[in-house]
Amino acid sequence: MVKPLATLRSATGVPTGRLAVWWVIASEIVIFGGLLGSYLLHRLGHPEWATYASHTNTWAGAFNTLVLLTSSLSAVLGHKAAEAGDGKKAAKMLMFTCLGGLTFLVVKGFEWTYEIQHGYTITANGFWSFYYTAAGLHGLHVIAGCIIMLFVAADARKNKELQRVELIGIYWHFVDLVWIFLFPLLYIAK
Amino acid sequence: MSSNADPHGHEHTADHAGHHTDYVKIWGILVVLLVVSVTGPMLEIRIITLLTAFGIAVVKAFLVAKYFMHLDIEKTFVVKLLVVCLGLMMLFFAATAPDIMKHWGANWRNESAKNANIPEVHHEAGGEPAAAHGEAAPAHGEAAPAHGEAPAH
Repeated sequence: MVKPLATLRSATGVPTGRLAVWWVIASEIVIFGGLLGSYLLHRLGHPEWATYASHTNTWAGAFNTLVLLTSSLSAVLGHKAAEAGDGKKAAKMLMFTCLGGLTFLVVKGFEWTYEIQHGYTITANGFWSFYYTAAGLHGLHVIAGCIIMLFVAADARKNKELQRVELIGIYWHFVDLVWIFLFPLLYIAK
Repeated sequence: MSSNADPHGHEHTADHAGHHTDYVKIWGILVVLLVVSVTGPMLEIRIITLLTAFGIAVVKAFLVAKYFMHLDIEKTFVVKLLVVCLGLMMLFFAATAPDIMKHWGANWRNESAKNANIPEVHHEAGGEPAAAHGEAAPAHGEAAPAHGEAPAH
């Protein structure tokens, strides 16, 4: 099969696929940065938000942080395996990463169910609006990452397109990075 | 134009190969930092909370970016790209902060911030908050009871 030119060239010294992922991340920095920056400013101006934040479940947030950190470890181990040409191991590591993403979403689902049942909905006040928007946007990124990862793992298992293991890994680490900042902002600062 | 791709399209191997560190060790450090960031704020000392929650978040982010995303060995073009975007984010923050940190404006007041003695940005043109002139001044944002706080547990 003839590969597209974009897969084979590297005008900047960075392979095009990887460069594309970095551009995605650059735009994501502005998206999440704007959202978190707005939250921070409002939080500083509204001390009563600390009361609202006290209703978030720190332990659930901490557990999810552990899950994402661990899934990042498996993603980077998958990258290492791909570089060694071990597609099967890389695929296994990606599936493990995917499982981490799924666990994260399930915990988030329980959290949200509890909060919504207790009246903490997206329209309750500004804090909860930010909470659901930021965590929801992050959750969508987790879902997107998991779906892409399944495709990459399917190819990697056949030792095909192993360079993509690194690319989805970089994206996943960024998703982890965003959560590293969301966790103290939404769960710890009370 | 250079190509880092091998005949199988494994383009990553040319510049990132052989740079793998002990990832499990990095993960261990991250987990320890996570434990500190959760337990530190339990002391309920403001400065400790800030340092453990947000200071450690920055350290964790650094470790993930450096070792997991391999930014330490990435081309400088990528690092510059990310720094520019972070700079734009800071610019947004700095440019909007003076407005948002006010305690009052046209037809709104932030009583909760005022009552909590949060430093405010002063208006250049002077004058008083709307309510001081006897106008109705709807609460802005979440002046708690006005917007109906969600029920407590």
